[in-house]
Amino acid sequence: MSLQSNLASFTTQLRAYAPAADLNVSSSPQQREKGRPHAAALQRDLRTEPGPIRFLIIALALIFLTVFVVLPLVVVFAQAFSRGINAYFSALAEPEALSAIRLTLLIAAISVSLNMIFGLIAAWAISKFDFAGKTILITLIDLPFSVSPVISGLVFVLLFGAQGFFGTWLQAHDIHILFAVPGIALATIFVTFPFVARSLIPLMQEQGTQEEEAAISLGASGLQTFFRVTLPNIKWGLLYGVLLCNARAMGEFGAVSVVSGHIRGETNTMPLLVEILYNEYQFVASFAIASLLAMLALITLVVKTILERRLDEGQMVSGD
Amino acid sequence: MAIEVNNIVKKFGDFTALDNVSLKVGDGELLALLGPSGSGKTTLLRIIAGLDWPEAGEVTIDGEDALGRGASERHVGFVFQHYALFRHMTVFENVAFGLRVQPRAIRKDEKAIRARVKELLDLVQLDWLSDRYPSQLSGGQRQRIALARALAIEPRILLLDEPFGALDAKVRKELRQWLRSLHQEIHVTSIFVTHDQEEALEVANRVVVMDKGRIEQIGTPGEVYDNPATAFVHGFIGESIVLPVDVSDGAVRLGGKPLNIAANGAAPGASKLFVRRHDMQIGPAGGGSLEGAVRHVRSFGPIQRAEVALAGSEGTTVIEIDAPRDRELQAGEIISLEPRRYRIFAVQE
Repeated sequence: MSLQSNLASFTTQLRAYAPAADLNVSSSPQQREKGRPHAAALQRDLRTEPGPIRFLIIALALIFLTVFVVLPLVVVFAQAFSRGINAYFSALAEPEALSAIRLTLLIAAISVSLNMIFGLIAAWAISKFDFAGKTILITLIDLPFSVSPVISGLVFVLLFGAQGFFGTWLQAHDIHILFAVPGIALATIFVTFPFVARSLIPLMQEQGTQEEEAAISLGASGLQTFFRVTLPNIKWGLLYGVLLCNARAMGEFGAVSVVSGHIRGETNTMPLLVEILYNEYQFVASFAIASLLAMLALITLVVKTILERRLDEGQMVSGD
Repeated sequence: MAIEVNNIVKKFGDFTALDNVSLKVGDGELLALLGPSGSGKTTLLRIIAGLDWPEAGEVTIDGEDALGRGASERHVGFVFQHYALFRHMTVFENVAFGLRVQPRAIRKDEKAIRARVKELLDLVQLDWLSDRYPSQLSGGQRQRIALARALAIEPRILLLDEPFGALDAKVRKELRQWLRSLHQEIHVTSIFVTHDQEEALEVANRVVVMDKGRIEQIGTPGEVYDNPATAFVHGFIGESIVLPVDVSDGAVRLGGKPLNIAANGAAPGASKLFVRRHDMQIGPAGGGSLEGAVRHVRSFGPIQRAEVALAGSEGTTVIEIDAPRDRELQAGEIISLEPRRYRIFAVQE
């Protein structure tokens, strides 16, 4: 049952109660004492708060949402366009901005595609097989969520930095990981790893292995089973995970900030560039980049809602 | 195809699911594996299909070793308890699946696949559903589609796990008869698992009764019903009256009082007397070895079912008997009972 259909039935219930409530007010006390024609109204009283309190709760929620979510979003766009549309687009056309956009897209492409594969493998292993250390693996998958992103970045500095674990070896072979694309990609992969696995595990656990067993007993090979049965069954969940993973990969600041080295036009991603430009009082340019990230967030939200609806439908279809 | 299962042992951790099980299934048989849950019947079926592997023992299908092959190479049709239809595929694509995943060298062309699927959907009388999705079908329809899908690969043997378990009573009955006539039509060696004795007795040529990972008895429905080999089989198949008796010197005693029946070679000691509900001869008070007061009578169809309180030295025992309608019983009436047919099994320590 989706939230929406819940809400829909709830509002029809409210509508159904409304006339009864009116009656209740206009009818005489004796009438109210006598029969029980107002059972619906009584029920309504039990279920919902009195009018003023309801109003207060809804108002509080709306005010909170406006102040903390809508207002900042509006400010971002207002600042970005404060010197007109031309200033906005020329800020985005700056070489530094273009380089940051390119780098962000590249990092997102690398980390999302790799995490899609890793997440799928991890979810597959956890939901379809029993093995020693499964609980540890499930816990480890969540590690990137529970660690501060700055620490995540620092781990890679300790591993690949000049004084780091592999530092001397990397220098001897002239391989650049830190303050270069590989480092940023690694940090982003680490931070965004849980999304795909997390969105797939419950789905795959719920679906069980029966359809796969059926496919195998019908003569399908392992690969055929995966591409014809498993993947179609989890595609919406997979897309959902990829979407969240992508949003985080593009927006990641902390971990990337530690490993990037902030080389202008080379290792600055969009979030990093927003901060740099802001610190240099280039507000229009800073908010112009920020507005792109905000738009990404809005698009993500819309797609996420659509996918959630698909997932709900998929769950209802589950054959039994 | 004949199936042979020899000395199969299967453990799940400490739990022994199958304890040295051997079984021979003849070509074209329709065999039922019957037992309570946890008796190992589904595990045995999955081992034959290649979905589980035993710790020890062997399985041959038509003389060939089966354990060396994976499920996908055994050409075994398997119908799952909850059907396991591919939920993202239409009925047509579900049935066609086994044909589409065949190696290119032997795969039929699209036209032949369509013809074969049509033929199978006709066989299960559901060709009008070919464009639907599994979620749009009723339980009975899903079951038949699952069967059509399993038959598409022209399986050497057909295995069905609780084929009617998830259906309501009326549909079950229809599908039972339908499965039996289908088996007569296609004559593929089939094994089905069930916990419902009526289903096993009505559909199968032979019934294998299992309990706690062992086979208790193999026989035709008539044999397992009329000549149960063990106390478990007698208690599990058909309703039985069970009375604690003592056997000594060829006499059978209930609560110290000798009964008018022969021990039939039962070993001396504490035993259990098994009598079918309808195998109690009813007589006037004082006319038989057992005596009791009728407490309650319910009449339906050709029988009347009576609750009778047997008075004994160790309190009263209430039993249920089925009597024909030609002698009306009244609540409160004192009657005598004499087991017409019975079996005595020693109490296992």
